[in-house]
Amino acid sequence: MKRFFYILAFTAVSLWFLGPLFFIFLASLTPASDFYDWTRILPTKLTFEHIYKLLVNLGGWRALLTSVQVAGIAIGISFAFGIPAGYALTRYRFRGKNMVKLVMLFTRSVPLVVIAVSLVTLYLRLNLADTVLGVGLAHAAMVLPFVVLITSSVFSGIFVEYEEAGMVFGLSRFGAFIRITMPLALPGLAASAIFAFIMSWNEVFAASVLAITNRTLPAHILSTAMASPDYFKFAAGTIMAVPALVFIFIIRKYLISMWGISLK
Amino acid sequence: MRREYLVPFFLILPALIYLVVFIGFPIVGTFQLSFSSPEGWLGNFKYVFSSKDFQNALLNTLILAAIVIPIQLALAIALALLVNKKWAGYRTLLYIIATPLALSDVTAALISYSIFAPNGYLNKILLSLNWIERPLYFFGYMFKSREFFVIVLTEVWRATPLVFVILLAGLQSINTEYLEAADVFGFSPWKKFVKITLPLLKPSIVSALLIRTLFAFQIFGVAWLLAGRDIPVLSGETYYWYVLRNNRNVASTYALVIAIITFIVGWFYIGTIRSKHLEEGVRQ
Repeated sequence: MKRFFYILAFTAVSLWFLGPLFFIFLASLTPASDFYDWTRILPTKLTFEHIYKLLVNLGGWRALLTSVQVAGIAIGISFAFGIPAGYALTRYRFRGKNMVKLVMLFTRSVPLVVIAVSLVTLYLRLNLADTVLGVGLAHAAMVLPFVVLITSSVFSGIFVEYEEAGMVFGLSRFGAFIRITMPLALPGLAASAIFAFIMSWNEVFAASVLAITNRTLPAHILSTAMASPDYFKFAAGTIMAVPALVFIFIIRKYLISMWGISLK
Repeated sequence: MRREYLVPFFLILPALIYLVVFIGFPIVGTFQLSFSSPEGWLGNFKYVFSSKDFQNALLNTLILAAIVIPIQLALAIALALLVNKKWAGYRTLLYIIATPLALSDVTAALISYSIFAPNGYLNKILLSLNWIERPLYFFGYMFKSREFFVIVLTEVWRATPLVFVILLAGLQSINTEYLEAADVFGFSPWKKFVKITLPLLKPSIVSALLIRTLFAFQIFGVAWLLAGRDIPVLSGETYYWYVLRNNRNVASTYALVIAIITFIVGWFYIGTIRSKHLEEGVRQ
């Protein structure tokens, strides 16, 4: 009886969450003629035509590359600034530590919607308007507080005694950090890099406002989807979903702790 | 000695400076933009607050939040309890529930469009079952309440996992000894839930609610793609005024309204986080 309940619950919940994904994948692979045929739920054959056309003819590939560049800039900057700050929050006692934590929690909850329009004014002065770098810098600002909080918790999971042992054997504090703490922290840091990638990959508002010619994939889709035939919309959905799903599958072990830290 | 004392500041300073430049300044800039107009410093506000679009956008954003958040909370509690039972396959189910976390609002909107479009799967399935004779239309100016329904459903699908993850983390941190003690005293499952699990889960529920409320006021991609301006929301209007009407000042005024709501909710949020820190301090 109990077993039956669990099987039923498992099936229902899985269908609810995976069913819609199945539909958009199927829709993006269905030939147009089959899609507009009311009587056909399952297509007669599968085709990559829509995805190919969206990528090659409709600027999808370019937007995808922009997305990857933007995410790369965002990860690079947020990690360069975030790792030292996260490390300091875990390993040092200093005045104003709680204040710094509160600043991170506060900036994390400032939505990009609020700052995007006025960032444009700043970017016009800095010659960053409509550039990949500009969007990347904005995404770095969005991701940075998360990186600080997550790396701080990653470092706190590594015993300080290891570092101290290294220092006893003649390493400097920095040497101990590079040679001992970093390798141990690497899996956690890699997971947080993926987390940052997904955040940037999915962000659409600032990406739409800050750039017009250099649009990221979601921004490109947002501005063109309404006017495209349905099958291109589905192809766009699939192209957006697949990398994110692959990445989240890679960090599945860190899922609860990562979102737990970043959201609690 | 003195140098050692300064090290943490030098480690943190770059991050803080970056946040001041890219989040602090722009917030000030948003204020400046929204308070400058040809009709005096309140001109934008007078214009925005008196426009029907703003009232609709604010109302829609609030109504969406008021409908979506309770549904998500109830679903997320049920899912978290289910997964936390640790039966065979609970881990697989956890990953399945987490999949929407990877997807953006744009993707989620396109996904539900594939189901609710005129030629979408819902219509195809209902037609082939002969339950309906003509396709149902969910989108377009004529069908606002249906568009609203689809937006609610999409948001529930997309963001319930977020609440779920926070609640599950909370459930996992509950000491099982309390529940074992309850077993000893012969509590029913319902009584255990109401008297033990729910009170201990309260801090997680509060932070999940506040986080969701913060996000609810930023709802953009789902509403914009599925309903356009049929169902205006605050961020959608910001986008409309900046990208399509090229008016930075009005767009900033909308952004400022979102900011103020966010700050109010965020203030409560940081308040609860802070009290949690203090409690932890007392316990040690």
